Amino acid sequence: MAEDSITLKKLREQFGDSIIESHSRLGQDTAILPKKVLLEAARMLKEDPTLDYNFLMDVTAVDHFKRRPRFEVVYHFYSLNHNHRLRLKVPVGGESPEVPTLTGLWPSANWYEREVWDMFGISFQGHPDLRRILMYESFEGHPLRKDYPFDKRQPLVGETE
Amino acid sequence: MGLDFKGSPETGFFTSKLDAVIGWSRKYSIFQYPFVTACCGMEYMATSCAHYDVDRFGAGLPRFSPRQADVLFVVGTINQKMAPVLVHIYEQMCAPKWVIAFGVCTCTGGFYDNYAVVRGIDHVIPVDIYIPGCPPRPETVINGLMLLQEKIQNQPNEIA
Repeated sequence: MAEDSITLKKLREQFGDSIIESHSRLGQDTAILPKKVLLEAARMLKEDPTLDYNFLMDVTAVDHFKRRPRFEVVYHFYSLNHNHRLRLKVPVGGESPEVPTLTGLWPSANWYEREVWDMFGISFQGHPDLRRILMYESFEGHPLRKDYPFDKRQPLVGETE
Repeated sequence: MGLDFKGSPETGFFTSKLDAVIGWSRKYSIFQYPFVTACCGMEYMATSCAHYDVDRFGAGLPRFSPRQADVLFVVGTINQKMAPVLVHIYEQMCAPKWVIAFGVCTCTGGFYDNYAVVRGIDHVIPVDIYIPGCPPRPETVINGLMLLQEKIQNQPNEIA
């Protein structure tokens, strides 16, 4: 495994012991970090001038269902100045999964995190306005969780058969 | 234009003729409200434009106020979140009114067998004509419109 990218090198220097896994395959960097270092790592990714990840492209999640910890929050970062990309994964589990918000560093995290909350029910500590964004307020449950029955409907207007 | 008797012989001739005249005038002055939500919208545009020219049937004038329209064209996927809006629009339209379900999503929900999509708009509002296809060809749309015109002509058209 060639781990020559500057991002992984820096992450390794800073968080060596706590990195769960990292790899660089086909020029794509991936790091799996525990929740407790997420904010610190994110700050470094943004503020270190040699990394300069100024664009948070996406926040999403994966429901592994049977696996423990059950969820993985996935962040995609991009540096417009260096043309670097990084995929960062944070495993979370438990009854009410929670990770710290990144809205303080990248304002674009706001809507992404609301979407992850809406679809997966993973909440974001410190988010300024964590409401549903795609589904309606009265919707119960989180439809992209593997245990949500995909064809269960919660109509807003009375449906006739 | 039908001249069949309806009602008593004293008034029958006149009312039945009026009935037919009203039907004829209604079917050639369709003011449609396009409720366009998804990919079928492109097909709707193609049908409305110069090449297929729906207006030659007297059926193509889009109105974007439900109070000035009598045919609701539901074009594209309707999801649960959108359904109350659709019902609201339908209720705002003045009677008599007709509804066309355009495309497979509006007719049945299409391949979206999931939590988000209404399995056919006839679960929330009554539908007069179903136009199948994903998306329907313009010819199919025109055929659907002509069937609707036929329906309008042949239904009882009283002045209430």
